[in-house]
Amino acid sequence: MKILYFSWVRDKTGVSNEELTPPVSVTTVESLIDWLKEQSAGHAQAFTDVSVIRAAVNQEHVKLQHPVGPDDEVAFFPPVTGG
Amino acid sequence: MIRVQREDFDFGQEVAALSAGNKGVGGVCAFSGLVREMAGETEISAMTLEHYPGMTEKALAEIEAEAQTRWPLEKTLIIHRYGRLEPGDQIVLVAASSAHRDAAFDACRFLIDWLKTEAPFWKLEESEKGASWVEAKDSDTQAQARWLEKDQED
Repeated sequence: MKILYFSWVRDKTGVSNEELTPPVSVTTVESLIDWLKEQSAGHAQAFTDVSVIRAAVNQEHVKLQHPVGPDDEVAFFPPVTGG
Repeated sequence: MIRVQREDFDFGQEVAALSAGNKGVGGVCAFSGLVREMAGETEISAMTLEHYPGMTEKALAEIEAEAQTRWPLEKTLIIHRYGRLEPGDQIVLVAASSAHRDAAFDACRFLIDWLKTEAPFWKLEESEKGASWVEAKDSDTQAQARWLEKDQED
């Protein structure tokens, strides 16, 4: 699974993208977050408050209940501030 | 048309292209967003725009397509810059041309309102205090919500 981080989420995880193989129990964005939090102190810090985290699966905005699979590209970022 | 670019753009030239060679156009409406020198009480020295290559283009294309289905438009344009910008620099341009002004005005407003909450861009402001990520505004979400409420009324 390809995972990308943007803005302060990346600052906290310390990586902009990584190729990871989560266990089969990870089936949604939400469960992926729970698993990622165990990967490093930075990841845990990035996902401390999930209410300020937005996610995209295969470059489409999704809710945290959205399913994820091994071939997906999953991105995490704060609410967008362009324009 | 969608463009995501580091380079600056020529406002006049871009807007003129929305009606060039098309005498069916009765009006063009355009909005450009600039880097403001103040963020509240803080003076900004620069702003860096980060984006999600791939998803950005996809999101902007979807926003443009949505405007095209909502109003009878001749042409639409979205240009959004990324990288390091300074106060006074142009960040974004949205524009729409149509036979009549209502569609052009409404589509222009729609394009910027939706872009603000859907397009994956993030602003990092630099000031004497250091660098900090800009927080999303509730007013932007409300501006988008107004369009959704209108949909329900229609």
